[in-house]
Amino acid sequence: MLQLDHVTKRFGRVVIAEDLSFSVGAGDTVGIVGPNGVGKTSLFGLISGDLAPNSGQVSFAGKAVTKLDSAARCRLGIGRTYQVPRPFIDMTVFENVLVAAQQGGGLRRKASYAAAAEALERTGMTGEANLPASRLGLLQRKRLEIARAVATRPTLLLLDEVAGGLTDPEVAQLIEIIRAINAEGTAVIWIEHVVRALTALVDRLICLYGGAFIGDGEPAAVLANPKVREVYLGSDIETAAVESLSSPGGTTPRTPRGMSDEGPIISDMLKTDGESS
Amino acid sequence: MAWVNAIIQGILTGGLYALFACGLSLLFGIMKVVNLAHGDLAIVGAYIATGVIAVTHVPFLWSIPIMVVLMAALGYALQRSVIQAALNKGELATLIVTFGLSIVIENGLQRFFSANSRSIGTGSSLLSASFSAGSQIQIGWLPVGILGIAILVLLALQYFLSASRYGRMIRAVADDRDAALLSGINARHVFGIAAAISFGTVGLAGVAYGMSGQFSPTDGNSTILLWAFAAVVIGGLGSLWGTLLGGIVLGVAQQVGGQINISYEALAGYIIFLVVLVFRPQGLTARRTQS
Repeated sequence: MLQLDHVTKRFGRVVIAEDLSFSVGAGDTVGIVGPNGVGKTSLFGLISGDLAPNSGQVSFAGKAVTKLDSAARCRLGIGRTYQVPRPFIDMTVFENVLVAAQQGGGLRRKASYAAAAEALERTGMTGEANLPASRLGLLQRKRLEIARAVATRPTLLLLDEVAGGLTDPEVAQLIEIIRAINAEGTAVIWIEHVVRALTALVDRLICLYGGAFIGDGEPAAVLANPKVREVYLGSDIETAAVESLSSPGGTTPRTPRGMSDEGPIISDMLKTDGESS
Repeated sequence: MAWVNAIIQGILTGGLYALFACGLSLLFGIMKVVNLAHGDLAIVGAYIATGVIAVTHVPFLWSIPIMVVLMAALGYALQRSVIQAALNKGELATLIVTFGLSIVIENGLQRFFSANSRSIGTGSSLLSASFSAGSQIQIGWLPVGILGIAILVLLALQYFLSASRYGRMIRAVADDRDAALLSGINARHVFGIAAAISFGTVGLAGVAYGMSGQFSPTDGNSTILLWAFAAVVIGGLGSLWGTLLGGIVLGVAQQVGGQINISYEALAGYIIFLVVLVFRPQGLTARRTQS
């Protein structure tokens, strides 16, 4: 379904993708992890059409889409959410989804209204349909982001940190929504730091670092991969963290790469795993 | 009573200014394009209407929808070619390109129609008639009609933007272009539609201007563009109904200034424009955060 062939993307000296190739099949669930700033969101940009690669080719559903903009790719079936939700704030929730159903989904009149209503129902946003999008809280905005992407009737859904900043019950609700979407055959690629959310859903995990995939396979195997562990914690940081925890007057270790303030993240899980083993 | 008359005349003049300004405001609100050829396009609309009447001999009223359609087609074509090419190079490039368009249009009109002034003959005595509203107040039917048309145009635009499929697309692109693209919206087509509406409304304004008095190829840059800018800035950038308020405030300021001394008429308009810029740069209707 999705195929990246030898894709390279650089911003000056920063390498986002270096001769990167991978494919995703229909109905697959793929998680992407990696420290902050390695270019996970930019990789989504290359797939969705926000960014053009320096070289290489992107294909979707058997067509070369490298030169198509994100609107054309959306109409072909690539739906995407933003890491920071970007609703059309001067519109109601329903209008936000309706415009996606009509343009991205190619639906007209009654069919588009029905698709928009269905997308809201599936994401638990029916009650907020007539609210201005500007009045939504974070969870509701993230749900609207998913609803808008779903309304375009995607066969590939790109989710960018949709669980970040949410409480455990909210994350659980979100996983159920995504699982239901995937159950209908929509492939899902999900960038996430909340690793337990990822492992609850995905069959395949990829770790991006330095423009290359340093881990790709079963989630448990990737998380156990020494390269992945080193990228997230680093031996020096791990030692400092352990020393600090064992000494009451010890200094606070510096934040490992990839850590954020938003709930449990992959580095937490790796650290816990490392300490217990 | 003379002051009341000045205020009434100012309000009526505001209708014409709103017609000039709404297309400028729409284009800026959606594409962030400041169209420096906007005033010249009004004059093009007036020439097209006179040309349609001269060539086809249709009644005056029939020339208006023909002119609006032609202007809209011109707007869509120019947007998809010249303006979009400039937009791809950045918003500042559109300033240069629309300035160039303004020069080309003005000189082209002078070449083909000469620099002489002319007016649009309506053939209707009603348009030059007026009615009394007190001993010192005479109100012309034409300014009343223009104000009515301005309100109708704004109502139609508001309905189009809020209730139609294309209106929602325009609002989505104006709000967040990247997110709109991710929803499958063809932004270039939306920009073309916005330009078509902008050109159509300014063509209508040009006809109203040509019915109100004389027009010549140089009026677009020297007069109309400045009025439109002033009305948009006073009312608030990107606000449709703000253009009506801005037009009325500008019109009243000019008429009141002219009442004090006829030489103050234009000056009073620019003073109120500067006062709004200094004390409320986001305009009278726009929220501060939007500015």
